[in-house]
Amino acid sequence: MAAAASVSDDPGLLRSLMARPAVVIALVVFLLILAAALLAPVIAPADPARMSIRARLSPPFGTYLLGADAFGRDVLSRLLFAGRVSLTIGLGVSLLSTALGIVIGLAAGFFRRLDAPLSRLIDAMMAFPDILLAIALVAILGGSVANVVLALSIVYMPRIARIVRAATLVIRELPYVEAARALGSSDLSIMAWHVLPNIVSPVTVQATFIFAYAMLAEAGLSFLGVGVDPSIPTWGTMVNEGRQYIDQALYLILYPGIAISLAVLSLQLIGDGLRDALDPRLAKDL
Amino acid sequence: MLSSVADPAPAMLKYVLNRLVGMVVVLFLVLTITFVIVRVAPGDPAALMLGPDATPQDAAQLRAELGLDQPILVQFGKFLLSAVQGDLGQSLFFRRPVLSVLAERAEPTTFLALFSLIFSIAIAVPIGIFVAYRRGGLADQGAVSTAMLAASVPSFWTGLVLQRWLATGLGWFPASGYGGPSSTFLDRMGYLILPSIVLGIVNSALILRFTRASMLDVLGEDYIRTARSKGMSEARVVLKHALKNAAIPIVTVVGLTFALLVSGAVVTERVFNIPGMGSLVVGAVLRRDYPIIQGTLIVVAALYILINLLVDLLYLLIDKRVRY
Repeated sequence: MAAAASVSDDPGLLRSLMARPAVVIALVVFLLILAAALLAPVIAPADPARMSIRARLSPPFGTYLLGADAFGRDVLSRLLFAGRVSLTIGLGVSLLSTALGIVIGLAAGFFRRLDAPLSRLIDAMMAFPDILLAIALVAILGGSVANVVLALSIVYMPRIARIVRAATLVIRELPYVEAARALGSSDLSIMAWHVLPNIVSPVTVQATFIFAYAMLAEAGLSFLGVGVDPSIPTWGTMVNEGRQYIDQALYLILYPGIAISLAVLSLQLIGDGLRDALDPRLAKDL
Repeated sequence: MLSSVADPAPAMLKYVLNRLVGMVVVLFLVLTITFVIVRVAPGDPAALMLGPDATPQDAAQLRAELGLDQPILVQFGKFLLSAVQGDLGQSLFFRRPVLSVLAERAEPTTFLALFSLIFSIAIAVPIGIFVAYRRGGLADQGAVSTAMLAASVPSFWTGLVLQRWLATGLGWFPASGYGGPSSTFLDRMGYLILPSIVLGIVNSALILRFTRASMLDVLGEDYIRTARSKGMSEARVVLKHALKNAAIPIVTVVGLTFALLVSGAVVTERVFNIPGMGSLVVGAVLRRDYPIIQGTLIVVAALYILINLLVDLLYLLIDKRVRY
């Protein structure tokens, strides 16, 4: 059944996505968040790093729409710029873990000799709780944005690898793949022309969820103070900074928390919608 | 398969042995990964552990102390040999064996994870069964949406908000900490109630979705229709036939949530200032105490593997038809 679905040859994808109001709303919300982050330098009312002693902890809906933090920096501007970093990390992890997972999953599913060792390696990696493994990797690599992306991609790679391996095992045995092989196609061209197109759907769905998980994990790492350098504003570091002033200025943690939740929720809804629209049976079987 | 029906004992034994061998292999890989993580660090691990203020002499001394001046394979062999004997090295900060430091911090983390698990099962399983039965209804849609929302809100944020509202504000729970040296066991557990609820909320989202999905699968089966057509009461159909068959996926997900609980505990402990294993790891990162980080990874991964082995073996008891 794995051969049935692929994004490109499914003209009804957009229509079936649009048939679900929750998914449409999620798409709109996510695109708005994305646009706000992209346009941050244009729409931010102030320099996110500019401090002002007089504005210290000024409440929302005054001079500053969403208030000012303990250094008198504009919360709205920081929220917009932090979104750029948080979304970049989410997207980066989603793409890199997908690339790594496809390579490992294809190798395990296609070459019988590699299957057992790679599968056990994937099992072993999945035995580590995500935050814990990410903490260890970032501790070793250092807290730059690129390193956090790398660390979280290693953490989430096995999820993609598992799906790709399972799908490859099925596709490898299909008659048309046998036929291609009999006609002299190389392993590489079979993978590229026959296997890859057929794993697009389940991988896209999983990559969307990883985008969401990575944003949550990044926020968690930053909250713990072991993620990106605290001087880089992300939604997680904003909550971490704000928690000291929780009694005087609850809004300092309120807005970044809402931003993370909205982004993650809309991504999860989009992921669910994609799964149902592409091939529900496929997504479930794998 | 046929032979296993005729004589299940050897097949079952073979299955258990296979799983045990698989577990040993995965454990070996877990040890390898943790070894590689610390060794792959760019630069000299000893200098990294000591921080920027260390002199080259200090670094050389620590390298010798940790055996880093030996060939990498010798180091790996020694590491494996000590690990299987339960020696995970010495904490650089506490100057004591890693395992004994971990053991001291295990109590709050263990009970935090246990209470959240109980809380989330108690909430999510009955609701999951109920809404699967009333599929598509208002309760179903409400529960599914709430679960998705709960899985999207960062647990540290829920923790901070509930802490501010229910503990600092209303005074229903202790706000943070784990009691003083003179606190009794019950006192200490009191500090874990609110953190357990916070952690349980996220976990229950996953368990609810799984319970609902597996109940839906089972409720669509022919034998449920048969049971109904025989005039069996609805409560009996749902609780006896359906729940029994939905139990396996539910047990599986409970095993899988262990990792989620540990990740959540690391963050929750920080919110509520609980001196557990999570706080220990975060502290270890800031102090560059690599043996502690490595040891925690190993212990937690080993527990995960063990719990999931137990879950697999539990299947044998729940369902006699399990394929070996």
